[in-house]
Amino acid sequence: MREIIKDKAIIQDDWSLLQLPEGEQPANFSVPAGKQIVPLEVWLAQRDSLRQRADIGVWIASHEQPDALRDDVGVLPVIAVDFPKFTDGRGYSIAYNLRHRLGYAGELRAIGDVLRDQMFYMLRVGFNAFATRPDRSIEDALKSLDDFTEAYQAAWDQKSPLFRRVNRGTQTIPG
Amino acid sequence: MYRYDQYDFLIVKQRAAQFRDQVRRRLADELTEEEFLPLRLQNGLYMQRHAYMYRIAIPYGHLSSTQLRKLAEIADTYDRGYGHFTTRQNIQFNWIELEDTPDILDHLISVEMHSIQTSGNDIRNTTTDQYAGVARDEIIDPRPYAELVRQWSTFHPEFAYLPRKFKIAFNAAAEDRAAIEVHDIGIEAVKNADGEPGFRVLVGGGLGRTPILGSFIREFLPPEHLLTYIEAILRVYNLFGRRDNKFKARIKILVKAVGAEAFARMVETEWVDLKDGPGTITPEELARVQAYFTPPPYAALEDQDAALDALRANNKGFDNWMKRNVVAHKIPGYAIVVLSLKKPGVAPGDASAEQMRAVADLADSFSFGELRVTHEQNLVLADVRQSDLHTVWEQAKALGLATPNIGLLTDIICCPGGDFCSLANAKSIPIAEAITRKFEDIDFQHDIGEIDLNMSGCINACGHHHIGNIGILGVDKDGSEWYQISLGGAQGRQSAIGKIIGPSFAADQVPGVIERLLQVYVGQRIDGERFIDTVRRIGIAPFKEHVYATPIISTAKAEETQYA
Repeated sequence: MREIIKDKAIIQDDWSLLQLPEGEQPANFSVPAGKQIVPLEVWLAQRDSLRQRADIGVWIASHEQPDALRDDVGVLPVIAVDFPKFTDGRGYSIAYNLRHRLGYAGELRAIGDVLRDQMFYMLRVGFNAFATRPDRSIEDALKSLDDFTEAYQAAWDQKSPLFRRVNRGTQTIPG
Repeated sequence: MYRYDQYDFLIVKQRAAQFRDQVRRRLADELTEEEFLPLRLQNGLYMQRHAYMYRIAIPYGHLSSTQLRKLAEIADTYDRGYGHFTTRQNIQFNWIELEDTPDILDHLISVEMHSIQTSGNDIRNTTTDQYAGVARDEIIDPRPYAELVRQWSTFHPEFAYLPRKFKIAFNAAAEDRAAIEVHDIGIEAVKNADGEPGFRVLVGGGLGRTPILGSFIREFLPPEHLLTYIEAILRVYNLFGRRDNKFKARIKILVKAVGAEAFARMVETEWVDLKDGPGTITPEELARVQAYFTPPPYAALEDQDAALDALRANNKGFDNWMKRNVVAHKIPGYAIVVLSLKKPGVAPGDASAEQMRAVADLADSFSFGELRVTHEQNLVLADVRQSDLHTVWEQAKALGLATPNIGLLTDIICCPGGDFCSLANAKSIPIAEAITRKFEDIDFQHDIGEIDLNMSGCINACGHHHIGNIGILGVDKDGSEWYQISLGGAQGRQSAIGKIIGPSFAADQVPGVIERLLQVYVGQRIDGERFIDTVRRIGIAPFKEHVYATPIISTAKAEETQYA
């Protein structure tokens, strides 16, 4: 058990994150009992049997596309997106595609190099859970989700851009 | 010009608080330098050779006199009394202490400025024509659209960690003064067959290690779709741009790899369900932003040609300045004035705090309190009465800002180079200085006529050397500084990447090389053709032959008279 942030609260998490061991075929990998988040390739290779379990989630590497989950988004209780380094920004667009294109409505979790200074952006594109890096304070990280209270552009958290939400009026230009 | 409302202020103030805390955590070692690096870059802070460099955004190059005075105050208080205007129409300060940056940001916000996304792998300051809104050859005013892009791109959550930096430029006039073809996205205003305005969209241009002119991927985009279409481009790039090699990470490499047509299809596919979505610009929002760019209260005047001609006839200095530094304005009786930041003894694009304050005064007295920064690193007073031109010239001359060299040999685009920048392979400012001194004679410069001489201290090409008619690139060879010369580059409608003429030169040979190139031009030019026209007509071979015909004596390094 470790702590994660979910829906802006620190909670105990009982999911295990599975890695495919080096050299192991995704189809042959034995997924243990209990709540497991499995690599996308394992899910795809064992989809029929894993779909029978209610305690399986999937994680997506930053070079993978979520489109293969198009028919699964309704049954997966958690999808995680890996940030191998916090500077790898592909996960933001993967989240966009999961939420907007595939209509995924369940828990979307950021895993990997998850640090507080990127979390507000992650929140905006649709992540609602954060497995923050264990060597950093999770309490501090939680605070960062409130770094901004307003944004110009539409995203998952705020479906309309600022200009459609408020009447900004037109200031007269001082002469 | 655009003014902040409560929402703009709220967002930048929350940014300031966030950045202040990030700096605090870095100083307390709660953030490693590796973690802090992209955070400070997203706030415009680079570590240079001697100190931090702080780059401040000047959206599409527009400044008020109040803002310029604030920049002067920052230069005096936190730097060494000067600033450097850049080819991205921004300003940077070279001698900044990390501890001061949160306070500087507060100062900037007080005058509706910031430094957000002026570096880092994100969407940078959008640039445009320095004559936007006043140019005679303008199709539409691009500034409201540039402002809409500024707001859309500011803290865009999905595109803050792109494979590499991302630059967008607008052109909305017959002549392209924004070098859009060498941008990641270049947007050009056009009219369709029905006379409706829209945009032609180019992607994948860029300089740096792999100079490429961009490809147009859409011939007509109705203006309301501008933001959603850009979003589609950015998403394709964010997902598929290379991240394994920094030097192959720009969108131009992706576009080249998949081909412009295939890339266009990827964008169109991505765009299908964004089109007409919430990001579509509403007529109300466009009108709101356009209202900030309504023309200033021009007086009803007539052109002053006769009076100006009389002044010019009696004063060669004024005449030279009128020829080079004054541009036609769309309103009768007005003119556009370019203040030159290029003269001997000053690094190209540098302005002292004193000059900034004086320019702010000039703007207040003669140009509705506003000015612009050009990507050639000069300043512009966009709305000067023709009847004030002589006075403005005299005052600008007293400030050292009236060198009549706009578009001429000594109007050099130049990066800070090895004197400041830790990326540089070679110095650039002293070379620019040596060239400026050698060709200081203004009559000679006027005889040579229009020529773009651009110089970069390294392959990153901040000085746009690839698109200089003459390009100079600093290179490192076995630990010493050498300079590679290219010829035939151009910006604007006939953009071209220059070709390297041959082996590189020692620093003190460079002015001699330029001299020889000009000798060939003078000998070969016909019917008043420009330098670039001659190069295009006769090719680089005659230039190359003359430059390398005999050794150019290197005075500083007597033993290195041969080309490397």
